[in-house]
Order: sequence, then structure tokens, then C-alpha cells
Amino acid sequence: MEITEHSFLTLIHGMGFGALYLLACSGAIVELYRRYAPSCQTQIEVRDERFLGTYLIVMAVLAWLTVLSGAYIVYPWYRAVPPPGTADLTGFPQRLLMASPSTIGWHSIGMEWKEHVAWLVPISITMAAAVFVRYGRNLRRHRELHAAVLGFVFVSMLAAGIAGFFGAMLNKNAPVQGGETIRLMNGK
Amino acid sequence: MNAEPVSTSAKVMDFPTGSGAAAVLAAGIGSLMVALFAIAADQSAAIKSLMIFYKPTGPLSGVTTCAIAVWLISWGILEWRWRGRMISLKPVCTAALILLGISLLLTFPPIADLF
Repeated sequence: MEITEHSFLTLIHGMGFGALYLLACSGAIVELYRRYAPSCQTQIEVRDERFLGTYLIVMAVLAWLTVLSGAYIVYPWYRAVPPPGTADLTGFPQRLLMASPSTIGWHSIGMEWKEHVAWLVPISITMAAAVFVRYGRNLRRHRELHAAVLGFVFVSMLAAGIAGFFGAMLNKNAPVQGGETIRLMNGK
Repeated sequence: MNAEPVSTSAKVMDFPTGSGAAAVLAAGIGSLMVALFAIAADQSAAIKSLMIFYKPTGPLSGVTTCAIAVWLISWGILEWRWRGRMISLKPVCTAALILLGISLLLTFPPIADLF
């Protein structure tokens, strides 16, 4: 059972950071909506407040790791330019997708959307974390601020979902491969 | 037990809204900048070339770096101007959410290509 170095790092980017961020989104939205809504009357303990603050900060770190690893590690491999006359485009995912009318849309719409929309995620969640750390339970006193934070976190989940979906489909149609081969384990 | 229950009606401090308003509006501005810089780089060969900060990543490196810079600078300026003040949140938060929605639409290639 083997995996190439580029595939492994793509996996870390998508399944490690990105998917973990998506999983974390639902928890943050539920907690912000359920416990910090202005209409909520239940008590908030200091440790609960600290927990959500830490949770949002970790989400922000994950979001930054996802976009930075995507843009500066995986994307250069994706857009690698083959030498003139190259017939086998397997190692050049962007060119492989663009070579066929049936797959060009994965690049021209999928990657073009993914590479930009993904950056709304760290901006949104960093803001949400910063506002929550500053206001905490006081968010209940500011209905519009609570709604804005919730809205930004929701849009960050939507944007991460778009990026994640297209990332998975792009890698399915034109996998990023190359680098050293890593042997995970021996099969029988 | 280190858990300290706090009632929202009793011990809640009323923070000025300025810092929150600054963070939210700056996030809306930063999001819009991602879309606007991307469209500018797509429409103009000169801007596209200028946006190549890191060659292996291409124009995306400049587009996102510039957008992040505008976001952080606008956040800093708004925080400096609004910190400690009571800012009306409704227009600020509404504007920020509209900017975010526009950004989401403008990053969609078929819409971005209309410009």
C-alpha cells in the first residue's frame, strides 16, 4: 500500500485540515445559535465560554492551514506546466483537465471558484473568533453582532463546502501525484 | 470546581460595540477584496502579471495577499477609530453581510466573467 508524497500532502490539506474544519463548523453554529442567542435564558459558565473561544481559535488555525497549504503547496503541483510535446499529462492535473471538453469545466469553474471562495473562510472565522473572544457571553446583548457572527460562520461553512466538494472532484478526475513514494504497509 | 456560573442578567458587562463593528465590517471588506482582486487579475493582463508574488502559485498569490492586507489594514483603522465607542450595529452588520454575500457571488466564475 503506497502513496506518493504529493498525494499524501494533498490528503493532509483536504482531509486533514479542510474536512476537519467542515466538521467543526456545525458544532460552532449550533453552540453559537443555541447558547449565545439574545433570546436564550440559560446560564453560561466561564468554562463553556472559554471552550467555545478556544474552539473558534482552533477553527481559525485550521482554516489558515487549509488555504495556505492549498495555495502554496498543492496548487503549484496542480498547475505545473508540462514540457512541450508531452503526451502523457498524468502528472499535470490542470492541463489534463483542460485537454478534454468533458473535464475542462472542473478547472474553469471548479478550480477557479474553489481557489478564491476558500479565502472567505479564514477571514470569516478569524473575525468570528476575535469577536467571540472579546465579547463572549455579551454577544447576547448585541443581537446584530450575534447575527453577523453566526452569518459569517455559516457562509464560511458554505464556502468550505464548495471548496471541499470541488477539491474532491478535481482530485478524482485529475489526481495530484508525484514526489517520493511512501510505503504505508505491506499487503498479503 | 473552576466553573463559575454567570447569569446574563446579573454580571454581564456592557462592552462598547465599536470593536465588534470594526471586526465585522473589515471582514466584509476583506471578503469583497478577494473577489475584486480576482476579477481584476482575470480581466487585465497587466494586473495579472503584477499579482504574481510567488511564481509557482501564480496570480492567486498576489490576489489573496493583497486582499488579506486590505482586510487587516481596514480592520486596524476601524478598530483605531471605533474602539471604546458605541457604534450602531444594525447598519454595520447589514453592510458586512451584504458585502459577504456579494463576495460569494462574485467568486463564482460565470458571474465574475460578466465583468
